Amino acid sequence: MSEKIEIKKLNLFYGDFHALIDVNLGIPEKRVTSIIGPSGCGKSTLLRCLNRMNDLVEGVRVTGSIKIDNIEVCSPNTDLISLRQKVGMVFQRPNPFPLSIFENVVYGLRISGTNKRSVLEEVAEKSLSEVLLFDDLKDKLSDPALGLTLEQQQKLCIARVIAMRPEVILLDEPCSTLDPIATLKIEDLMQILKKDYSLVIVTHNMQQAARASDTTCYMLLGEMIECGETKDIFTAPKDKRTEDYISGRFG
Amino acid sequence: MKEYFEWLIENLILICGVISIVFVILIFIFLLKEGSGIFSHTSLTGFIFGKDWYPISDPPKFGILPLILGSFIVTLGAIIIAVPLGIASAVFLSEVVPRGIGDILKAIIELLAAIPSIVLGFIGIVILSPIIKNIFNLPTGLTALAGSVMLAFMALPTIVSIIEDAINSVPKSYREASYAMGATKWQTIRRVILPAASSGILAAIMLGIGRVIGETMAVLMITGNAAIIPTSFLQPVRTMTATIAAEMGEVIRGDAHYQALFGIGIVLFIITFLINLVSDLFLHKKRGKA
Ligand SMILES: Nc1ncnc2c1ncn2[C@@H]1O[C@H](COP(=O)(O)OP(=O)(O)OP(=O)(O)O)[C@@H](O)[C@H]1O
Ligand SMILES: [Mg+2]
Repeated sequence: MSEKIEIKKLNLFYGDFHALIDVNLGIPEKRVTSIIGPSGCGKSTLLRCLNRMNDLVEGVRVTGSIKIDNIEVCSPNTDLISLRQKVGMVFQRPNPFPLSIFENVVYGLRISGTNKRSVLEEVAEKSLSEVLLFDDLKDKLSDPALGLTLEQQQKLCIARVIAMRPEVILLDEPCSTLDPIATLKIEDLMQILKKDYSLVIVTHNMQQAARASDTTCYMLLGEMIECGETKDIFTAPKDKRTEDYISGRFG
Repeated sequence: MKEYFEWLIENLILICGVISIVFVILIFIFLLKEGSGIFSHTSLTGFIFGKDWYPISDPPKFGILPLILGSFIVTLGAIIIAVPLGIASAVFLSEVVPRGIGDILKAIIELLAAIPSIVLGFIGIVILSPIIKNIFNLPTGLTALAGSVMLAFMALPTIVSIIEDAINSVPKSYREASYAMGATKWQTIRRVILPAASSGILAAIMLGIGRVIGETMAVLMITGNAAIIPTSFLQPVRTMTATIAAEMGEVIRGDAHYQALFGIGIVLFIITFLINLVSDLFLHKKRGKA
């Protein structure tokens, strides 16, 4: 299995607070990788390093290396715009823009300067179809996106990312505001999407990691404790701390 | 004891609220009582659409169309100047400069609102109108444009302040989503933040209009006060408010001219009332969404 993303000796500080400690991790291509761990262990922080969203936080310092397709992400010369087009992100709360459904999906195209109606329509249809929304929404593309259900909004956010033809999709607890049925539907969607994209999902829900991911990584207090095939992590963890966590004996 | 205190406070607040509403109604009734007599002299349409305002000729003519259009053109000019400036300043304050400096600058801009309008009138006469006169090579700089520029300055503090609040209340998650899509700061502002703040921006514009249309002193001093139907920004105009302020001292209480001035008051009252109503609707819509 080839590695899409290679993280080496990654350290991150919020001011004086050491939030990521010597993280090493390989993320395989076209699979679902889940990151689990207790609240505050640095899962979101790690995820946000991959598309450099932590740059928006004041006082952040990062050392170490992240390579995507062997290209360094952490260097000051990295072109953030093309990085973020290549590495899309879906957030915890669905956050469609207060625009129409159509304009949400084609946002990425618009900001990269594509305004040709036919292209936009084609991409919108394709992206919405990929997240299984097109049939439901095809007649109301000009309706406000905020009128959709949360599940639809989250799928729309995924479609919005897909429309940019990314290679990696980061999902930070994408189901935490959804009900169990919508959660399962998003998980099904991830199984379809992994044929074309490399997915990294942060989740609090261990069943979700077990169900939906191929590789699982367990983090604790800023450190990467263990990483491996999901079935191995859940049946035969190597580290005592992982075992405690997945068997619910944590804390 | 505590309950009694609560009861007292609640009712005091209720009384204050009721009193202010009663005052508004009383003012309107008073305007109607003093002004409605004009309609036995001039028909409602003749009053509003009449092209001639000759209150002291014989027979007098009380057509306020030139005055309505005078107010309209001065207000329109002020809004054309103040809205882009206001949006730009608000974006600058909330998105460009660091938080702390932005707050200080905002406080200074809000201080602008404290300048008495007669002082702005002085500045308009002494500095602005000669500039306009020279640039456009006019016989006089006391024009609609001069009024618009001065009023734009008066409306700016309100407009900037409300738009800045609207921009600040745009959820952080929209910004994050936009940046995560590879958008630049300007793309995010233009495509996400401003549309998300649009109802606040509209409310700011409406309140700005309300402020400008009711302004009297500065326009009386610097618009030249010719009651003719305006055809350009570069000619003297006379607004409704300036007419009332300039002529109220010369009328005999109860005669037709007096009633006509009150009639203008009624028209102004209704216009500003509607504008406030509309801007309130926008502000509510915004809160509803958030
Ligand atoms: N902007 C910030 N400034 C300072 N400290 C921060 C900031 N963001 C996060 N932290 C701290 O870094 C640590 C890791 O945060 P992070 O959000 O990555 O945790 P998480 O594993 O995603 O937690 P959760 O499961 O609650 O989302 C936490 O202790 C948090 O308090
Ligand atoms: Mg998190």
